[in-house]
Formats: sequence, C-alpha cells, structure tokens
Amino acid sequence: MIAYILKRLLYAVPIALSVTVISFVLVFLAPGDPLNAIAPADAPEEVITALKSAYGLDKPVPVQYGLWLWRALQGDLGTSIASGRAVAGEVMSAVGNTFLLAGLAAGVGVTLGCILGALAGYRSGGWIDRFASTLSVIGVSIPHYWLGLVLTIVFSIWLGWFPAMGAGPGGSEAWEWNWEHFRYLILPALTMAVIPLGIITRTVRALVADMLEQEFVVALRARGLSGRAVFQHIAKNTAPTVLAVAGLQIGYLMGGSILVETVFAWPGTGFLLNTAIFQRDIPLLQGTLLVLCLIFVVLNLLVDILQPLIDPRMGR
Amino acid sequence: MSAPLLSLEDLSVQFHGNRKASALNQVNLELGAGEVLALLGESGSGKSVTLRTLLRLHPASRTKIQGSIRVEGQDVLAMKGRDLELYRGGTVSMVFQEPGLAFDPVYTIGQQITESILAHGEKDVGKAKAQALEMLEKVQIPQAKRRFDAYPHELSGGMRQRAMIALALACKPRLLLADEPTTALDATVQIQILLLLRELQRETGMSVIFVTHDIGAAVEVADRVAVMYAGRIVEEGPVSRIVNNPCHPYTVGLLASTVGPEHRGKPLQAIPGAPPDLANLPGGCSFAPRCSRASAQCSSQVPPLVSGSGGRLACWNPVSQLENQ
Repeated sequence: MIAYILKRLLYAVPIALSVTVISFVLVFLAPGDPLNAIAPADAPEEVITALKSAYGLDKPVPVQYGLWLWRALQGDLGTSIASGRAVAGEVMSAVGNTFLLAGLAAGVGVTLGCILGALAGYRSGGWIDRFASTLSVIGVSIPHYWLGLVLTIVFSIWLGWFPAMGAGPGGSEAWEWNWEHFRYLILPALTMAVIPLGIITRTVRALVADMLEQEFVVALRARGLSGRAVFQHIAKNTAPTVLAVAGLQIGYLMGGSILVETVFAWPGTGFLLNTAIFQRDIPLLQGTLLVLCLIFVVLNLLVDILQPLIDPRMGR
Repeated sequence: MSAPLLSLEDLSVQFHGNRKASALNQVNLELGAGEVLALLGESGSGKSVTLRTLLRLHPASRTKIQGSIRVEGQDVLAMKGRDLELYRGGTVSMVFQEPGLAFDPVYTIGQQITESILAHGEKDVGKAKAQALEMLEKVQIPQAKRRFDAYPHELSGGMRQRAMIALALACKPRLLLADEPTTALDATVQIQILLLLRELQRETGMSVIFVTHDIGAAVEVADRVAVMYAGRIVEEGPVSRIVNNPCHPYTVGLLASTVGPEHRGKPLQAIPGAPPDLANLPGGCSFAPRCSRASAQCSSQVPPLVSGSGGRLACWNPVSQLENQ
C-alpha cells in the first residue's frame, strides 16, 4: 500500500512538470502581444524595449520558462501586467472563492446525484428512474451560462430572493461566513451543481442497477442480510468509481466554470482567467492555468490513493 | 420417516420478464432430517431454480411462485421481513457455484462470515469473530488466522469454496443447499470439496440438497437422487437403485453419457437433441421429442410421478419397471 502511494506520488511529478510547460507555452501560441495591453499604441520604441526587459519578454522562451519555473517553485508567479499586483496573491484569493463555489456545487451535485442514482438503480424502469434519467440528460446537455441567466432572471429579478452577481454585499470580494455572503453563493452554486448532478446520477444509476444483478448481491441476500446491510455492500462497491467520476467533476468545476463565474461575476479562477485572457495578462494567465492544472493533478492523485483503500483489488 | 424437514408441494415457478418461462412445474419433494439429496439434470432443468426458490432469491416482481414450501413446518412463501432474514442463512443456507462471484470483493472473508453470524442473532462482535475463525478452521483452511483477513481475490478457487462453505455453515443451518459447488473447481480440488461436504454433513447432521450434473459427485455424497428434466422431477430414488436400475429413458441417457475408464476407446453416448424451450413446453412428456421410446401417449399426456418401492417415476414407457409397493 505504501509502495503504491509512493508510486502514485512519483507519477505525479512528471505530470506536474508537463503541466508547467503547457501552462507556460500555451500562452505564447495565442495571438496578441501583452505589451499592447499596457503600452499606448503610439509608445516610442525605447519605452517598449524597456517594458519588454522589465517583464523579461526579451529573452528566448526556454530561458523565460526556466526563470518562471524557478520563481514559481519558490511561490513567486510574477506580477500581473494589468494590475501590477503579485499573481500568486490574485490567484490564491480567486482559488479560495472558486473552492467555495465548486465545493458547494459539487457537494450538492454529488450528494443529490448519489441519492437519485441509487433510487433509480433500485427502481430501474419505474417512474423515479425515468425522472432521474430525464434530469441527468438535462443536467449534462443544458448550457450552464443559459441556466445561470434563467435562474438570475427568475430568482433575482422577478422574485428578488438572491443577488444576481458578485461575492458579497457592496462588491466585497472577501468571503465571510454569514448569511449576507452566503446569499451570493446560492445561485452560482446551484447552476454549477447541475453539471456533476447529471453525470453522477447516470453513473450511480448504472452501477447500482448492474450491481443488483451480480451474483454476490444475491448471495448477500441468501445469507439473510437485511436490505440496509445489502445496501451498504453495494455502496462500498460503487464508491471507487463514484469517487473517480466525482474527482474529475470537481476538477472541472475548479477550472471549468469560466462561463458560470462570468455570468455571476463571481471573483473566482474562471473569472480571473477570463480577465487575464481579455487583457492579455500573460503572467496572470500562466499563473492561473498552472494553479488550476496542479489542483486537477492533486485531485486525481487523491482519488488514486483513496480508491484502493476502499477496493483492495485496485492497489496493485 | 417422521415429519420431513422440507416438503415441496406442487411447486411451480414462472418467470415473466420479456417472455414467460415455466422453470418449475408442480414439483413435489420431501427431504428428511440428515438426508442428502442430489438433484441431477442438464442445464436449464430447474435444479438451481429449485434451490433459489427455496431461499426466495428470485426477484418478486418477475417471478410467480405457486404451491407450497415448508421447512420445519414453517410456510416459507409466507415469510416476511425479519423472519425471512433469519430463515435465509439461518435455517437454510446456500453454497454457490462460483465462489469467486458469490463473495463481496471489497470485504474480507472474515468480515463477511462475521457479518453473517451477527445478522443471525449474535450480539457480541468478539464472539462472532471467534466463531467465524473457528468455522474457517473447521473447513480446513490452512493458516485460517491469516486467511480471515484476506480478500476473496487473494484466495485460490478451492480456498474460496471452503470459505464459502464456512460462511454457509456459520449459522448452523438445518438444510444446506449446494448449487454445483464443485463445477468451477479443478478436478483434484473437486474431490476434496466433496469429501469435506460429506464429512461436515455427517458431523452436523444437517440435510443437504446437492445440485449437480456430475453423476459421480452425486454417487459420492448423496443418499437419494432426484432427476429433473424441464422443471419436473422425472425419476427419484436411492442412489444405488438409480445407478444400477435406472427406469426413465432420460436417466438411462444421463448415465450412459458419463465418462469412465470402461468407456475408453468407445464413442461417447450423448442424448440427442436439446432440452425444450421453457417458454413453450411440449404438451405431453417434455422428454418425448428426444426419447427413442416415445409413443403417441407420450406426446399427448404428461406422465404422472408414480411412487413405488424403488422411489418415484414419471414415464409411460420406462426402460425397466419400478417395483410396486
């Protein structure tokens, strides 16, 4: 088991390194010059050159990468070209906000998905199964920014229950644990919860329905175990797969919520990425990408380590 | 025989999923305490269905059961809730064909046996564990202590089947149902498992219904044999009588199709044709289309199961007559 964990950790190192390369290089493939964003269009040549050397943009790309990686390892992701603030700080506060949003969305989506999926699997063919299937198809196929807009129209504009945008009263970006702040979280979290809800429902339904046909479940009943005890067995057997799917989904939510965060002006990583792209803020873009990718790698690593704790057949 | 441990009366089982299938047709059977019965027959003859119906393991929504099952005087088909849970694995328990599929893969062998003991009234976890370990030793699993914490996939097929037997016997059942317990195992291991079952049966005095299509295995462990065909019992009697003086043409065919040293160099005798479609059983004797002795009566009237001193027989034109009582 310990050997397995070490192996997984070792595998993560080259993955993380490739992630840094991709985060760094991808940005250079995009059209546009970052200097356009800060220097006026008619700036003299000397000013441009001075800016270039100040941001290190005059060096060859591999050297830039080396320097960037070296600083990144020390926790320094450079300075945002647009705002002049440290990228690390910007990214971290955005990650915090997104973590809240994605955490709540994933919590709601995965929990509901498991419950619905299990019910549908137990009652396959019944009305609850059809309801869950319909819901999961909607969840998977609905455009989320559209759902976000609809929810905003209904719950903020018509009903006025929840605020339409932002992360706190008075445009505050600092999260506090109170209802005033929590109100801002509800609509974006609901919108985002629909994504994992659909996929988890489908996964759990398929797993449970399949599991119920398995010989060992018949054998569990033949031992005189109660329905609840049999369900515990089924739950433990489905857990590794659900965990893997949920891990991926949370990873997507952490980074893939650009549209939802933009619709609700939620100051998270998606919103930050959006800003960085439009402002051609290369250090900010690289830093955000890097952190998001690393979170993804770490999430998958966690799933890899947790799975064999549940199902020992996987730890080899 | 005093009041039998198990009695089946006109037991019929129909599955109605996408199409209807009559898996059991008016089966009558009695089994005394301490008796070992082998259910013999081809795949699809209703052997396994009989066992699973005894434990009510078929999904209720797709299964129609008629007739009655009585075990120790209790009406099994009327059992509900906790009574049914205590009955399953407590009064009657089952050894499955594929021990690799019948254990939950993510719990250890020890956990699963302990859980079963706890589900049948034992309150003390420590005692249940000790009892489970004792069972593993009883089925002669070497290094039982270590195997207790092993997961099913870490054991060999033979060890898994021993563990399965330990699990089935953990709650001291009155009746053990063994569903082709040796089919999935190597030939050498098969004999060990058979001997173990026989030994445990003698030691505990439980009754056993042993489903098999291997006549050799039946002879090895059983007192009595019931031959099934298309969901009916066609012949039944003591092992020695069935082997030495089979009456039903199907039994004769089954015996002829086994391989033994005396068959060396001779062509293997097979029963021509295939078992009938259970969704569409022929009108008379189900075996008539494959039977060389079939007459007009055979394909129009179902032969009744008639008792004689040598057991019971359902055939219009038997190979040899069952002696009358």
